[in-house]
Amino acid sequence: MADRSMISIHGISKYYGPYPAVSSLSLEIGGGEFFSLLGPSGCGKTTLLRMIAGFVEPTDGSIRIDGQDVTGTPPNRRPTNMVFQNYAIFPHLNVEENVGYGLKRLRLDKTEEKRRIGEALEQVRLSTLGSRKAHELSGGQRQRVALARALVMRPKVLLLDEPLSALDKKLREQMQVELRSLQQAVGITFILVTHDQYEALAMSDRIAVMFAGKLAQVATPKEIYQRPVNRQVADFLGGMNFLSATVTGDTNGKVAARTDIFGDVVLEKPPGFTVVEGKVTLGMRPERLRLLWEGETAAKEIRGTVSNRHYFGETTHLSIAVDGLSAPLSIIETNNYGADDLPIGAGVRLAYDPDALVLLAE
Amino acid sequence: MTAAAEPSFPPATARQWRRSEEARGLALISPTFLYALALLFLPVLIVFLYSFWTQDYLTIDRTFTLKNYRQALGEPIYQDLLARSLYISLTVSVITVVLSYPIAWFISFHGGLNKNFWLFVITIPCWTSYLLRVMSWKVILGYQGVMNTGLMKLGIIEQPLTSLLYNANAVIITLVHSWAAFAILPIFISLEKIDRSLIEAAADLGDGPIRRFFRIVLPLSMPGVISAFLIVMIPTVGDYVTPQLVGGKEGVMIASAIQASFGKAANWPLGAALSVTTMVIVTLLAGAIVLGLRLIVRGIR
Repeated sequence: MADRSMISIHGISKYYGPYPAVSSLSLEIGGGEFFSLLGPSGCGKTTLLRMIAGFVEPTDGSIRIDGQDVTGTPPNRRPTNMVFQNYAIFPHLNVEENVGYGLKRLRLDKTEEKRRIGEALEQVRLSTLGSRKAHELSGGQRQRVALARALVMRPKVLLLDEPLSALDKKLREQMQVELRSLQQAVGITFILVTHDQYEALAMSDRIAVMFAGKLAQVATPKEIYQRPVNRQVADFLGGMNFLSATVTGDTNGKVAARTDIFGDVVLEKPPGFTVVEGKVTLGMRPERLRLLWEGETAAKEIRGTVSNRHYFGETTHLSIAVDGLSAPLSIIETNNYGADDLPIGAGVRLAYDPDALVLLAE
Repeated sequence: MTAAAEPSFPPATARQWRRSEEARGLALISPTFLYALALLFLPVLIVFLYSFWTQDYLTIDRTFTLKNYRQALGEPIYQDLLARSLYISLTVSVITVVLSYPIAWFISFHGGLNKNFWLFVITIPCWTSYLLRVMSWKVILGYQGVMNTGLMKLGIIEQPLTSLLYNANAVIITLVHSWAAFAILPIFISLEKIDRSLIEAAADLGDGPIRRFFRIVLPLSMPGVISAFLIVMIPTVGDYVTPQLVGGKEGVMIASAIQASFGKAANWPLGAALSVTTMVIVTLLAGAIVLGLRLIVRGIR
């Protein structure tokens, strides 16, 4: 993972008129790291990426890449290359000319230039399509050309602006795996902008979740998913059951709380967390609740009735109404025991793990 | 109409064809098509036929002859006029395109929210009559004109210049002004169609503004440049009004000779042959220019 700091962003802001797209944001990204900027549209993640690339000048703050202050440096003089959202393949050039576009300026000798183009095309498995024109390529192939065109420049940082959003689901999943292994093969820093939480979770070393121009949380995928710092992050990363609880004890690092259905629990505080008016919000991921079938028992269990059911092929999403809870609990069950056949209104027992509860700031 | 009227088709097929996209398409373009046929193709055909006949005082001798073409291509006066027409129209096209490109580029890349306003401003001169615009150049370039008095006031010249008006240059200046709007629009449209992320991609790959222009913007706007060039060149070869008004003796072009043949000289077949010759030469030239410009762009890459 992060050997040393490759990108160092300090107090950066970008205002469009009075509206901040990014406001006083600081971030360190390590060398060789696969880093994702995740957030809903309009959260400023693309603006941040374009500031790293040099297409957008920050209103305030500075960016250093590999120790060099690049604030104010135009994009053509930065050691970064970008894969654009629409790929931006030059329509008047063929695949080889597209990939070799940036090399022309370096005035390499012809054989070296050809070798590097060939190498880049091989990395993205496009070696046989070198003489195709842009309009003869499929979406996936265009994406590979854009990738090869950026990688051939041997940048210190590769920037990817929602590169997979235009592909169909199957191809997208395949490209996620390929991009990840490509990044590990070339060993350079990748910064990916995405609004797809699964994409970020599946590919990244670390994820930064952004809302309204600010960083909400920067952590590893597992930590972000399992230990989200607040309700917004928890909600954005996937399904979450929210419960309110009454605080019974509040020490330095921990909070003791009483819940209606899970009893008394003790939870770790996320950084900067404060208790407001003796109430806290707790969260539990749907897959951490499990249906108990006849004959099964668990250390901790609760009772409820099925109030809704959605079939998703490999899984079934169930809503379970529990006495004392205003909203039903969501659970996700794999379909190998018959969860897809449970009738609405059926009484069920659920097993839960109190360790899966997290404390969420509002 | 019933299917029986078309015995070669099985009834279902004929009916199907009448309902097809193709049939509807043909029906839609047929008024325009017939209009073009009647007003474009037929006159050209008549001119073409006339060019092989002979004027015999008031009657036309309809035996096939190439005499008119021999005259049109062989006589020095017509050779000179044709050469001058081509020289003037090519010069006008080159100057117009070169001057229009920066304007179109500015509007497209830096027009901001006012693009439509700028385009509107450019079309304003076209609101006045073509004739008036040509006449106003007489006022500017004349012996006592704006240009001469201005230069004299500034002390650059002492005597009014006589070389401004009534020559080929006056024709070129006037035509460049008249056709600018027609060159700006196609170039502007082709610049507008360029995906701006392509220019960003070029910057990202290391190109500064000048390289970006020559490697991305210019090649991708070439369709606009070519149409601008042809839109200016093709009609100016046969322009009649401008040389007549500001060209004087040295600025006479082929259209004047054609007009004379159909008018005072009353030699319609010769006029027809001159027209056809001009048409053929312009067509060949247009083709050569399209090819030439494409090759130049390929070279820049």
